[in-house]
Amino acid sequence: MEARRKWIQLAVLAALIAVLPFFFPSGYYYRVGALIFVNGLSVIGLVILIGYAGQISLGHAGFAGIGAYACALGPQHLGLHPGLALILGAVISGLLALLIGRPILRLKGYYLAVATLGFGILVSMLLTNERALTGGPDGISVEDLGLRALLRDLGWRISGGEFWYGASGIALLVGAWLALNLFDSPTGRAMRSLHGSEVAASTVGIDVARQKLRAFVISAVYASVAGSLLALQNGFITPDVAGFMHSIEMVTMAVLGGVGSVLGATLGAAILTLLPQVLTVFAEYEQLVLGAVMILVMIFLPQGLLPSIARRLRGRGE
Amino acid sequence: MMKTMTSTALASLVALGALSGAAQAEIRLGASVSASGPAAFLGDPEAKTIEMMIEEINAAGGVNGEEIALTLYDDGGDPNKARTFATRLVEDDEVVAIIGGSTTGTTMSILDVAEDEGIPFISLAGAISIVDPVREYVFKTPHTDRMACQKIFTDMQAQGIASIGMISGTDGFGASMQAQCKEVAGEFGIEILADETYGPQDADMTPQLTRIRDTDGVQAVLNPGFGQGPAIVTRNVAQLGFEIPLYQSHGVASNAFVELAGLDAAEGVRLPGTALLIGDLLAEDDPQYKVVNDYIAAYQAKYDQEPSTFAGYAHDAVALMVDAITRAGSTDPAAIRDAIEATSGLVGTTGIYTFSPEDHLGLDLSAFRMLEITGEGWKQLD
Amino acid sequence: MDALLQFIFSGVTVGAVYALVALGFTIIYNASDVVNFAQGEFVMLGGMITVFAHQAGLPLPLAALLAILATAAIGVALNKLAIEPARGAPVVSLIIITIGASILIRGAAQLIFDKQLHRFPAFSGDDPIRVMGATILPQSLWVIGGALVVFFGLWLFFTRTLTGKAVLATANNRVAAQLVGINTSWVMTLSFGLSAAIGALAGVLVTPITLVAYDVGVGLALKGFAAAMLGGMGNPKGALVGGLALGLLEAMTAGYLSSQYKDAVAFIVILAVLFVMPQGIFGKKSTERV
Repeated sequence: MEARRKWIQLAVLAALIAVLPFFFPSGYYYRVGALIFVNGLSVIGLVILIGYAGQISLGHAGFAGIGAYACALGPQHLGLHPGLALILGAVISGLLALLIGRPILRLKGYYLAVATLGFGILVSMLLTNERALTGGPDGISVEDLGLRALLRDLGWRISGGEFWYGASGIALLVGAWLALNLFDSPTGRAMRSLHGSEVAASTVGIDVARQKLRAFVISAVYASVAGSLLALQNGFITPDVAGFMHSIEMVTMAVLGGVGSVLGATLGAAILTLLPQVLTVFAEYEQLVLGAVMILVMIFLPQGLLPSIARRLRGRGE
Repeated sequence: MMKTMTSTALASLVALGALSGAAQAEIRLGASVSASGPAAFLGDPEAKTIEMMIEEINAAGGVNGEEIALTLYDDGGDPNKARTFATRLVEDDEVVAIIGGSTTGTTMSILDVAEDEGIPFISLAGAISIVDPVREYVFKTPHTDRMACQKIFTDMQAQGIASIGMISGTDGFGASMQAQCKEVAGEFGIEILADETYGPQDADMTPQLTRIRDTDGVQAVLNPGFGQGPAIVTRNVAQLGFEIPLYQSHGVASNAFVELAGLDAAEGVRLPGTALLIGDLLAEDDPQYKVVNDYIAAYQAKYDQEPSTFAGYAHDAVALMVDAITRAGSTDPAAIRDAIEATSGLVGTTGIYTFSPEDHLGLDLSAFRMLEITGEGWKQLD
Repeated sequence: MDALLQFIFSGVTVGAVYALVALGFTIIYNASDVVNFAQGEFVMLGGMITVFAHQAGLPLPLAALLAILATAAIGVALNKLAIEPARGAPVVSLIIITIGASILIRGAAQLIFDKQLHRFPAFSGDDPIRVMGATILPQSLWVIGGALVVFFGLWLFFTRTLTGKAVLATANNRVAAQLVGINTSWVMTLSFGLSAAIGALAGVLVTPITLVAYDVGVGLALKGFAAAMLGGMGNPKGALVGGLALGLLEAMTAGYLSSQYKDAVAFIVILAVLFVMPQGIFGKKSTERV
């Protein structure tokens, strides 16, 4: 991918984030937008793991949980500023990924899936059971970041919804920029070579285990930061954030939109975040529709929405 | 591409918003309950109750001559979704008050939005932390799990029970009540000798119960939890041939529980319940007689099921809200809030509510009735 | 001592439930290398359809038979409508498809049935059988017996029958299987029908113990999947041993260590086993085709 396409993708994303608010009829849309961006950020991490390196994880919500609870517990137990707690969470997630990544990533396919799933369940179980520390299944409140108050003192009054829309939007852009840079870097190429065939990659001198581990650690940090942002934005967090269903949701977003594409994954995040909001009138049928959408997209657009459509458009153009 | 997708989605959202806001002269009431997902057990009957009551009220001419326009969302028990729906109710649907929050987690998410925006919110969840410390705009209808513990321990004390074993679900309901019971047990001179847990989807609890059985001096077993867990615990207790009494929580106070556990196993189980459970046993001069039996009859006629205790919480929340809006004589959220706080002696299915600036729960222990399951049905013990 | 025996009874009961779910995974996996995450929904359907058919007045055995046949039909439909059209898709797409199917079936079940918990009577009553101070319910014996029968059935099917061997051949190399005259499309249909039927049978057997509601499938699929992976996916022996091991592990942890962390210990052991034996206990060694 040449540099021009990278900047086009980033520009499209930035323009969308900046322009959409002009069409927002109420503050609620900022909330939905912010959620899409946070989900998009964690899903971009999975693009690196699944799309670039070809490894599956059904336990990445575990890292989101670590990020989220770092922001809840850091200020409460260690007196950390929530912003620093976000960084601490990312560091812990990265180190943990490094530690467990090596043995876990030796596994392949479904065995990797069940191992990562086990990891995610262990994290969510810890958060649920250590009630004295984490507040247990009922959740725990998260201290405000304090940035909004700072802006107010500087004379810029914005609502919580607007603030988090902007903050998550910027985080998403930065995350997308980093991921797109990685794609074209030597490391990114090495990672992507695994996707085709690990044996082939290793015969051309790529340290397969090392590249897998890199992708795993990077994606863990993405999930952790996204979890932190969600916690800070909500002001309250429960162990659900680390749960199995959240892991599945993340993978689904990535695969639905197009797991090889940063923009596609963001689209996937947008669709799955919007779907329950659009379907409220048919709430009873929400699960039916969601399940049908997942099946149909995978059958008819196996590369995911965005890449499949892009390919079709390009095919017609040429 | 993404833009068109998003704007199509946004356009449909706008259209929906416009649809719900079309009629004038109406009272916009919002609700977010967990009608699906792991807490559907709570939220499904709650949603049914809210919809049924608003229909009834509108059919009878509404409140102060205005119809109630209900916007009800299903948050699936997910606190994150609950917060989004709360934001939507307040910012987009422009409701004047909110009912909902089937679980403590979803309640805590809605509560933030309600407090920030100054919208009165009546929660349907149990935890004491919802109303302690008191928050200006937040009220709740269920008794706290602490009160359930106190009611149970009072009965144990009367039975001369001084040391017990606990087995609790690890879901929010079970874990919260477990913690509260451990906190207040000392006040009743009750010692907890064994403290076991089980997962919400577990199929067999005999190992935990065997541990309790083999603990010296245990005089009774207490099982805080809801869903299938308590039914399986009850069956396992019978299987293991326990000779000490089993106490369940208000989480399973329903006839469905007796059916699931089987009468053979459930006979002799004691639990704190509400008047809703024993509508047919209430004396006709009981203040709750009419409210309870009217509600049961209406619910059964519409849904062909019995309303659960949780459904009763939703009934009381709607009743409180409608009463407050009537008295406030306006749809100003602050005025409704003041009217809720001034509620006095409102008879609900759960109990009789009297709020004050210091008390946003408005129930005392008398709302609970200690019940025992017998071959002839429920028996009130106090 | 009687405590230990009680833990074993509990572990074997729960383990047999997991084993029944895990056995359901094996046929589809053997025929197509697909792990069907909707397997848990088959178990749920087995329970729910039986409950509602029984309530509608059918005698229990007939209701159970109806449930198993209806679920098998749903399994075949799943294959025709969702799996076959996606032939050749990568593993992650197939995971999403079967998870999508699981969400779809759950969504349909909550609309068609309800969101309440249900149960029907145990087949041979509720009087516990006493053995040396420990007790076990007759229904547990039904579940254990069911798991054993399904296990032996599958074992015979895969090693003794031509059809079973055709299933294995299809998994091994679809093109080669077609060349030697195996109708691979029919093999897939058969596998999904059989897997769904086994899932439904599991649902019929376990409902008197575990109860059933529209959303029990996820938890069962998760544990059954973990059990199957522990034993080695695709191998009926692995499913049986994996399921029983998982159940016993949980029961022993709950009995001797901490009930709070029994699931955690189970998953830690699974992780540890996979680190040493990346294909599970009885998994076949595979080499990557280049």
